[in-house]
Amino acid sequence: MLVKLIDYLRDRLKTVIRLCYVVLGLLVVYDVTFVDKHAAHTVMEHLPGFWSVFGFIACVLIIILSKWYGHVKWFGGNFRIMSPEDYYDN
Amino acid sequence: MTTDFIHPGFVLIFGALLLPFIMGPLRKPYLMIVPILAFACVLRMQDGIYGVVHFMDWQLTFGRVDNLSQVFGYIMTLMCIIGSMYGLHVKDPKEHMAAWMYVGGSLGVIYCADYITLFIFWELMAFSSVFLVWFRKRKQSLPTGFRYLLVHTAGGLILLAGFVLRYKATGALDFNLLDVDHPTLYTYLIMVGFILNAAVPPFHAWLPDAYGEATVSGAVFMCAFTTKTAVYALARGLAGLDILILLGVIMALYGVVYAVLENDARRLLAYHIISQVGYMVAGVGIGTQMAINGACAHAFAHILYKGLLFMGCGSVLYMTGKSKFSELGGLYKKMPWAFVFTLIGGLSISAFPLFSGFVSKSMIVYAGFEEHLYWAAFLLTLASAGTFLHTGLKVPYFIWFGKNNCSKETWEKAADPPWNMNVAMAVASFLCIFIGSYTPYLYKMLPYQHEAADYALHVYSSYHVSESLQILLFTALGFFLLIKKLTPEPTISIDMDWFYRMGGRGFFWLARKPIQAFDTWFGEVYRTVGLYPLMTTAKFWSWFDWHGIDGVVDGLARTVRSMGTRLRTVQSGRLQYNIYYAVTIVAVLIVAYVFG
Repeated sequence: MLVKLIDYLRDRLKTVIRLCYVVLGLLVVYDVTFVDKHAAHTVMEHLPGFWSVFGFIACVLIIILSKWYGHVKWFGGNFRIMSPEDYYDN
Repeated sequence: MTTDFIHPGFVLIFGALLLPFIMGPLRKPYLMIVPILAFACVLRMQDGIYGVVHFMDWQLTFGRVDNLSQVFGYIMTLMCIIGSMYGLHVKDPKEHMAAWMYVGGSLGVIYCADYITLFIFWELMAFSSVFLVWFRKRKQSLPTGFRYLLVHTAGGLILLAGFVLRYKATGALDFNLLDVDHPTLYTYLIMVGFILNAAVPPFHAWLPDAYGEATVSGAVFMCAFTTKTAVYALARGLAGLDILILLGVIMALYGVVYAVLENDARRLLAYHIISQVGYMVAGVGIGTQMAINGACAHAFAHILYKGLLFMGCGSVLYMTGKSKFSELGGLYKKMPWAFVFTLIGGLSISAFPLFSGFVSKSMIVYAGFEEHLYWAAFLLTLASAGTFLHTGLKVPYFIWFGKNNCSKETWEKAADPPWNMNVAMAVASFLCIFIGSYTPYLYKMLPYQHEAADYALHVYSSYHVSESLQILLFTALGFFLLIKKLTPEPTISIDMDWFYRMGGRGFFWLARKPIQAFDTWFGEVYRTVGLYPLMTTAKFWSWFDWHGIDGVVDGLARTVRSMGTRLRTVQSGRLQYNIYYAVTIVAVLIVAYVFG
């Protein structure tokens, strides 16, 4: 049953994706119109959709900076953080 | 000890010692009854001081029951039930014994009230949990276990040095809040001992190293106890120590970065423990009642959802023999229930509304904002986007969806795991959702009731729900837009263990060449001076001692030694021993210096 449900959704992937975008949009609309921002701690949190932008930028930054950190050649040589699996065997 | 208090740790330790004698159809019921008994002991405890023993000049206290120890005792014995259920199919009694001894060690630390008792149980934890790595029985399990033991022994000795110095300075051995406003050398030594077990960088590399290599059910135990016992010790002894805020935030982000790079599902989860424990360490550093509540609540929730995640990924490893993303994928057709349970763990750790992380993690961030530590609060929020990115999205996506990298053999082996694993995961899943949806269950257990009641009014406010959903769903958007960048790569990530893995080789060379040359030279000099007569007499007495006296007393020692020799032959180098002896000598010198 569970597998059928997942397959059902995968067969309609485009619709699911569109639906997700609609949810994201509605979430921002909800934030701008309904949410009581008294609980905010700083001024910038009052900007419309602040946490949406924060979440998106956080995600992109984490991926790009981490991958850079893993792939860049350190100390001018061949040393990378992401090394072959047999690194310690040699 | 009075009848009100039966130490749950001793229940598990005695239970473990009796385990090999319980055989046949009685074994499985016994594996469930002992942890349930330990849990019952915790439930019926009343606040107070129990189990006070006078030993030489010292007063040892085994049972201090208060709000702080109870919340940890409760969740640890509960997790022991779930973990034992998950490992019910394991036939080898030794693995259960090691696990129960290990939990017994944790509970010993939780309920003790002096540093000597703490130290004994602290070491019991390290020396019993290492077997959960060795029992994996792969070629690399043995050296991994030795590295784990090496690091923990060193950490234990730093802790020992810390509290012995404190004893020298103040004459006190009680395990209570230290004077964190005026830290001295011993405060920092005790701190290093604790944070090594909490896996704070740069003392963290033992964690992914060992947990990635542990047995399937061993990892479920390991992920719950060592780091959270350390969080308890920090909360008890060092609450409000400012440097912990910085260290906690660094941990939270460090774990996230390495989780992006990691290709092995269980090592990814291990890196994410570092990130999650970072929140707790930061909470302890903030030190307000709200923050300590948050650290306890987060430890409670974390033990369950991290256990659940290790159970989910462990069941994939158990069924297919694989745990690397580059060898898995598309498994939802074969292991749908394992997927659902892991997803629940992922949503809980990511702090989705109605899941457990939502009601615990935010309490620490909230305490940060309350204290106007904006940098810490914002960076911890940023790390929580990373949490969802890896554990909520990357783990389920690349195991159960994504590109199918399974070999034909892996694909054929994949199926939902045995019933006991499913039941354990279902129980943990239920608790994750229950804690998130019904806040009084967890909040009523927290040490500071007034703050907990205050926060209960805030946690499901429209602002908090909207903030969390925005961060999480837009993180998901980022994930799917950049998914190509996250394609698993078959690599390992170099971490701080490089220093004792590669640096150790340098030490080995040093030991082999110059020191050995000196040793040979010295040996020659010794012989030529003409000590043969003395040596001959000594040899006789040595023979008599060995065969006459020790033969009676030390038969056991000889057995242990022969076991050690057998283990040693499997080892490629004796580096660990060298360092171990060196560290031990240092410890003896410190003690001699202080008491001398």
